[in-house]
Amino acid sequence: MKLGMIVMESPYQHEASDSAIQFAKAALAKGHEILRVFFYQDGVLNSTKLMEPQSDDRHIQKQWTAIGTENNIEFIVCVAAAKRRGINDTVTAEGFTIGGLGMLTELAIEADRLVEFRA
Amino acid sequence: MNDEMAKLMVVFRTAPYGSIYSFEGLENVLIMGAYDQDVSVLFIDDGVFAIKKGMDNSGTGIKDFSPTFRALEAYDIEKIFIDRTSMESRGLTKDDLVIDAELIESDTVEKMMEEQKNFFMF
Repeated sequence: MKLGMIVMESPYQHEASDSAIQFAKAALAKGHEILRVFFYQDGVLNSTKLMEPQSDDRHIQKQWTAIGTENNIEFIVCVAAAKRRGINDTVTAEGFTIGGLGMLTELAIEADRLVEFRA
Repeated sequence: MNDEMAKLMVVFRTAPYGSIYSFEGLENVLIMGAYDQDVSVLFIDDGVFAIKKGMDNSGTGIKDFSPTFRALEAYDIEKIFIDRTSMESRGLTKDDLVIDAELIESDTVEKMMEEQKNFFMF
């Protein structure tokens, strides 16, 4: 199945990002295809390479980048949501690209299922 | 992209000014209008307040975006529905709305949802 994912929440505050990462791993392991992950609203904060969690904590951005680069998944960070929150392409990590809302519509058209992660 | 139009539904289910959801939903619908798909819009639960007339939020510092819903028609978004139960239980009538939305019953909502390919929830 062709899947699209939307991540709506910031990392660490809610479990949404962790759940999304676990979902992505499980879906890939089952042989499903993830067309694109769209980071939206506070979800854009998943993309910043400036996050520095304590050493005994998980590093959510690095987890995303690993999944994305290993499986060639496109990560799009909503431009309007990003700009409001001080995120631009100088702070986004490897694997994340700033893009428009239209890419969410395109994802909904092409994906068999759109799975949304929020609080 | 597929040749056949995709049935996409945008659902407004939260109040307009307590969070960004409703505003983002509106931005989304306007973008989706450009994609020539089978887009429908549903207002349900507290989402019905998004299209209430005469809101005064001047004290909040947040832009009043409710009148922008009137632009939906210009973007060729014509399938606009409001859940009757949600509307009436909040003391609203069709006269209180900034746009002309079709009243639908809860069992119709359920049926319509089953027909969609993908959803956007706000």
